[in-house]
Amino acid sequence: MSPDVIAMVAATVLAAATPLIIAGLGELVAERAGVLNLGVEGMMVCGAAVGFAAAVESGSTLVGALAGIGAGVALAAAFGLLTVGLAANQVASGLALTILGLGLSGLAGARYVGLKRDPAPHLAIPGLTDLPVVGPLVFGQDGFVYAGLALAMGVSWFLWRTRTGLVLRAIGDDPAATHSLGLPVRAARFLAVLFGGACAGLAGAYLSLAYTPFWAPAMTAGRGWIALALVVFASWRPGRVVAGAVLFGGATVLQLHAQALGIGLPGQVLSAVPYLATILALILLSLARRQGGSLAPAALGRDFTPHR
Amino acid sequence: MKRTSLGASLASCLGAVLLLVSPVRAEDKLKVGFVYVGPVADYGYSFQHDLSRKALAAAMPDKVETTYLENVPEADSERAIEKLARSGMGLIFTTSFGFMEPTLKVAKKFPKVKFEHATGYKRAPNVSTYSARFYEGRYVCGKIAAKLSKTGTVGYIASFPIPEVVSGINAFMLGAQSVNPNLKVKIVWVNTWFDPGKEAEAAKALLAQGADILAQHTDSAAPLQEAEKQGKFAFGQSSDQYRFAPKAQLTSIVDDWNGYVIAETKAVLDGSWTSHDTWGGIKDGMVVLAPFTNMPDDVKAMAEATVKDIASGKVQPFAGPVTKQDGTLAVKAGETAPDPMILGMNWYVKGIDDKLPQ
Amino acid sequence: MRLDLVPRPHRSPLAEALAPALAFLAAVLVGGVAVSLLGVSPAAAFVVYFVAPLSELWSLQEVAVKAAPLALIATGLAFCYRANLWNIGAEGQFVVGGLAGGMVAIATHGSTGFTLWILPAMLAAGTLAGIAYAMIPALLRVRLGVSEILTSLMLVYVAELLLDYMARGPLRDPAGYNFPQSVAFDEAARLPALMEGDALHAGVLVALAAVGLGAVVLGRSLFGFEMRLVGASPRAARFAGFSAERLTLLAFAISGGAAGLAGIVEVAGRIGQLQPSISPGYGFTAIIVAFLGRLSPVGILVAAFVIAVTTIGGEAAQIDLRLPLDLTRAFQGLLLGLVLGADVLTRFRLRLVAGTAR
Repeated sequence: MSPDVIAMVAATVLAAATPLIIAGLGELVAERAGVLNLGVEGMMVCGAAVGFAAAVESGSTLVGALAGIGAGVALAAAFGLLTVGLAANQVASGLALTILGLGLSGLAGARYVGLKRDPAPHLAIPGLTDLPVVGPLVFGQDGFVYAGLALAMGVSWFLWRTRTGLVLRAIGDDPAATHSLGLPVRAARFLAVLFGGACAGLAGAYLSLAYTPFWAPAMTAGRGWIALALVVFASWRPGRVVAGAVLFGGATVLQLHAQALGIGLPGQVLSAVPYLATILALILLSLARRQGGSLAPAALGRDFTPHR
Repeated sequence: MKRTSLGASLASCLGAVLLLVSPVRAEDKLKVGFVYVGPVADYGYSFQHDLSRKALAAAMPDKVETTYLENVPEADSERAIEKLARSGMGLIFTTSFGFMEPTLKVAKKFPKVKFEHATGYKRAPNVSTYSARFYEGRYVCGKIAAKLSKTGTVGYIASFPIPEVVSGINAFMLGAQSVNPNLKVKIVWVNTWFDPGKEAEAAKALLAQGADILAQHTDSAAPLQEAEKQGKFAFGQSSDQYRFAPKAQLTSIVDDWNGYVIAETKAVLDGSWTSHDTWGGIKDGMVVLAPFTNMPDDVKAMAEATVKDIASGKVQPFAGPVTKQDGTLAVKAGETAPDPMILGMNWYVKGIDDKLPQ
Repeated sequence: MRLDLVPRPHRSPLAEALAPALAFLAAVLVGGVAVSLLGVSPAAAFVVYFVAPLSELWSLQEVAVKAAPLALIATGLAFCYRANLWNIGAEGQFVVGGLAGGMVAIATHGSTGFTLWILPAMLAAGTLAGIAYAMIPALLRVRLGVSEILTSLMLVYVAELLLDYMARGPLRDPAGYNFPQSVAFDEAARLPALMEGDALHAGVLVALAAVGLGAVVLGRSLFGFEMRLVGASPRAARFAGFSAERLTLLAFAISGGAAGLAGIVEVAGRIGQLQPSISPGYGFTAIIVAFLGRLSPVGILVAAFVIAVTTIGGEAAQIDLRLPLDLTRAFQGLLLGLVLGADVLTRFRLRLVAGTAR
């Protein structure tokens, strides 16, 4: 393979990883606060529909992205009200959210089927973008890709370098103790859920505005579920979310390239790789934990009511 | 009637509403139902079927009434089909291969209702089957690709290794070889009918590896858009996808069910309907090639001539000699492949540099 | 201002019965507004969604056939959830059960003579496969402390891909033109219909029996008590000498077995062959059903019934009122959310307190 092809493959992998990175980071923050939101797919597909509709109406990709975020936040708020406000079961509420999101996205996007937009513009810095190999890869992506990477750094900094981040992680591990210290458990959880929704919505908007710039029903095609797997695979670490997304996205892209080169593998086996890898990662994690490795948020998936 | 009045009046109220809504329609109108596997908004396979439903409604507004169910999972389709049969439909189109057994089961229970099942092979006295010779269109595309490709390599995005897809690849290759025997086809199986992201990734992979023209047997417009973005060319699928890629689409293999749907409906109306199998192609107007765009006039002329020749029977995509990948002769010179061979095709023709999955 | 949840000292049965009814009413009101925005009379929509499916013997049978697997899976899951174990992979266990049982049918296809053993063997194989598949997350949890929520979810996709591979490859009908489906099962490998030619099959009785058994075990036996105690108070359970490990494995075995049985019942009852997809999401919907039914078998039966009615009503709404399927989905999501929320209010009182949220 020539260097140009390698750069092109790398750029494809990065683009394929971006929706997983963005949605995964959002879910990571929610899970760090102890809330398991299985509705990522639903929020994502709504972000794609609403984002595309808003971009068509306004003619602006930025407005579309913001609308996608808004759609994700709105659904997440409903989920947060149920699970954080009313302490309803998170698993069931998340599944309900997925069904709701799929339905709403179809209704919202119905009038925008068959329309196309130009993809979100890519960065172009004269001189830098034209550099061989690294130029297009580092300086020639669209805004979503940079946003995803910046988000990863931001989340990492927030969780480990700020007091609020520390509180958030503490809430995910032991809400009762954090509450007894006088810290706002439910408010923090609610905000974390909203952040997760914003990210899922943005990831969906990326799909319909940049990656494949049109709207089609259920166009997320299961990426929300992969993002969920990714968070676990990454053992709730932002940096590893990026690495894992590149790995998951890369596995798909590379197998397509391998096929184009004439090396075939059964598609079902490859499609199963992210899920099997996640299970393997979970096993390794739990083995590592015995030597003091990183932990899942201890209170993940459990509701919290101050009066229990 | 005193204590229970609330419940009773509620019930009677609902009953009245039921009478109001239960459509009191003219008795002589034929009700025609359609079952789709995807959303009507897929701008592909189900969308095209729904176009034929609309064409039917527009063609005979005072004789028929149409309705549809979309997004029907194959595992759950028997009930959907039966629901249509029970809603007074006289004719039901079940438009996906996976609806085959459920269609037959329901048809057995409703002998008076006529059924039309697309792309299957089992029939019954009140079940017809129909499909289109999509491969004829792919043969034309192959010729165009061979004329236009500068790199000598064409990319092909395939869904699942079923005969319809395999025969399409073969016809494409045979068409290409009739122009340029050395043209290479790179095939990528994406194992899905519809996943815009994955289809775009496959398109990128093929373009990165030297393909400058893309063909696809998946449903989204993503590969076309990718070709447009990179200044390359592509063929659309199922419907005319020109609007998605006005600078990249060369043509599109359009499923046109309008003529068939209207003709079958007329047959039911005048009582001449019988169970039969239809496998229509370009000649019958079932396979239509969208306007040839983004190509020089001589290529366009060649494509149009090929379409004409296929329609007249002068050109047969699977006319012998056809050699399999392993060198054995599949169709002798002077013969053409019989339909059962095309319907069950699970081998590549010579010149394809790929191993057929399974 | 902040909202506080104050536990109710004791739950009132009236509130418990009223809460879901009120939630249902609220969902219907919101749905009514949405429907009228789409230009359809809300009353008409209500009748089509909720009354019409219950007004015919045929659709009642369909409701039963749809509700049976949901109730069966959800009852199994109730054992897990009562014990605070989160098996959310019932969809995968369903698929594996259908696959394993279906393989028995395919292996014995065409056998003559004594064939009475085939159907029981299929049901057993399906159940055992479901149990075995559920043992993976259970053992990982018990031995290595791996979160069962995530492993069981991941295994769903693995199971779906496995079935897809098998139906397109090794288990394909050799006479089926390479189309992705197995042979149609022999009569001996099918659950018999309860009424000649109708949808209702013996599998519904199997499911009902299993739900009944579940109700007895969960409510009346020592084992059921252990289960509930472990969920409610793990420490108390430990003091009582119950082994959490054994209970985990048992709970997963029960839920996996129920899901596997539901899978083979669906395949041997409704579908009658193996195909790339055998479930329209029963395993996931059953999770919701389990919670809607408050993890009690009777409640689960009611919830499964309601979900089945809205699904079938949704199809009728598409046909009779041209209401899009997406509206049905959105309505289901809304209804589930509201019922889940209302349920909480039977456990807690809401109190508005001055001050910031905590």
